[in-house]
Amino acid sequence: MSNRIEEKLYQNRYMVDAGRPHIKVKEHDVPSEPLKSLVTTCPAGCYSLNEQGKVEIVADGCMECGTCRVVCAETGDIEWNYPRDGYGVLFKFG
Amino acid sequence: MATVQERFDAIVVGAGPSGNAAAYTMAKGGLKVLQIERGEYPGSKNVQGAILYADALERVIPDFREDAPLERHIIEQRIWVMDDTSHTGMHYRSEDFNEEKPNRYTIIRAQFDRWFSSKVREAGGTVLCETTVTELVKDTKGNVIGVMTDRQGGPLLADVVVLAEGVNGLIGQRAGLRDELKPENVALAVKEMHFLPQEVIESRFNLKGDDAGVVIEAMGTITKGMTGTAFLYTNRESISVGIGCIVDDMRKSGMTPYNLLDSFKQHPSIAPLLAGSEVKEYVAHLIPEGGFHAMPETQGNGWLVVGDAAHLVNAVHREGSNLAMTSGRIAGETIVWLKRRREPCTAANLAEYRKRLEDSFVLKDMRKYRKIPALLHDNRHLLNLYPHIMSAAAQIWLRVDGKAKKAKESEIIQRLRKQRGLRGVLVDGWRFARAWR
Repeated sequence: MSNRIEEKLYQNRYMVDAGRPHIKVKEHDVPSEPLKSLVTTCPAGCYSLNEQGKVEIVADGCMECGTCRVVCAETGDIEWNYPRDGYGVLFKFG
Repeated sequence: MATVQERFDAIVVGAGPSGNAAAYTMAKGGLKVLQIERGEYPGSKNVQGAILYADALERVIPDFREDAPLERHIIEQRIWVMDDTSHTGMHYRSEDFNEEKPNRYTIIRAQFDRWFSSKVREAGGTVLCETTVTELVKDTKGNVIGVMTDRQGGPLLADVVVLAEGVNGLIGQRAGLRDELKPENVALAVKEMHFLPQEVIESRFNLKGDDAGVVIEAMGTITKGMTGTAFLYTNRESISVGIGCIVDDMRKSGMTPYNLLDSFKQHPSIAPLLAGSEVKEYVAHLIPEGGFHAMPETQGNGWLVVGDAAHLVNAVHREGSNLAMTSGRIAGETIVWLKRRREPCTAANLAEYRKRLEDSFVLKDMRKYRKIPALLHDNRHLLNLYPHIMSAAAQIWLRVDGKAKKAKESEIIQRLRKQRGLRGVLVDGWRFARAWR
């Protein structure tokens, strides 16, 4: 995650559901092209490539837009649910 | 939750413009309405530019101006075609927009949606927040009869479920009522809220007083060859600035949405308008931009779908919230009408909703622009090449440099010939006109 996006997200309000991420990346050896593209396309910079070349997610900064879900709908690389009970992003202005 | 099953006339999933319009209309019509919202409060999960179109809301709540949280009414619209160093603009400003009942306002959705929801409650609707609907409940024949939520307890039952769950509507998709969104049919928009003192906004935009405002809609090389637009709206003491591009383009470009936004903000035509501002929020949202051909089924046995979830956005005119409120109102009115006739909410009876939508501006406009998404998809140069051509032509024409005007005219024509070809220009014009009508 670049510093720039971290600075942007720092302004936002979140109620993080600790230990229960609402998005999961399915186990893979080599990421599909759509999955890899999320490293740049996710507007919150939640996705990154790890040392083994696999795609990881830290969903804490997620704005619940659904872009990753749409991009990976065909390949089924991720499991996407809305956060439960009011958790997740809380827009001050929206 | 009580173990004894409480039954509702209608359950509305979501508390955005479409869900609130539907819930309010039905509650006002005397129906027992339950509205379920996953956010901490209505608006806390919702994102828009945002412009409110008064007419659509007036038809739901005629006296909304008395207490709705409005920012500025719009007296000036700027449409900018931008290349990397310039913009060519068409501005329309009129004193006529300073009217007793203005036609368009900028709003802040987190505040506006909260207000709209309070009206639903006043009308007698029950609003349940911090509750996520997890699936639709169907009977053995496949008719929708209620919803399951992430709260404890059994299903919540109703005669009809109004799906106002927004663009990223999982419930309807998982129940097989509509297909998954395609990356080429949705735009990803990112936006920031820039705060500035009122007087600064007013002097930068040539405004008198704190209730008139300016909006800018922009297109061109700012989207780096992708299909998309950008905007800048004046609120009372903040400026909303954002940019959106089709997800499939974004994915293939390898660009990040936040770098795209930053680059738009740094454009020499935009940067001075934002100078010295304090950013207080960064948001992202999808916009359904596939047009009429990307619309799902709008109703079935025991359910109907409204707003963004029904793909009701007029991307050409940057309208969506008015289509949302209107479809929500029409859905609500149809259900109240069926109830009064004691008729069940079957697919056949709910087809009345579709009929009324067809008779309204909502589906008339969706049909009018049905060919535009494909046109833009297949003709990328429209948004990239023409801004360059326009800018170059304007510069050649405006610079006074000792060249004869006739020579300037032929230079402009020569450039057009080289960059697109006269035949190409005619083809573009013809294609555009055909898609537009």
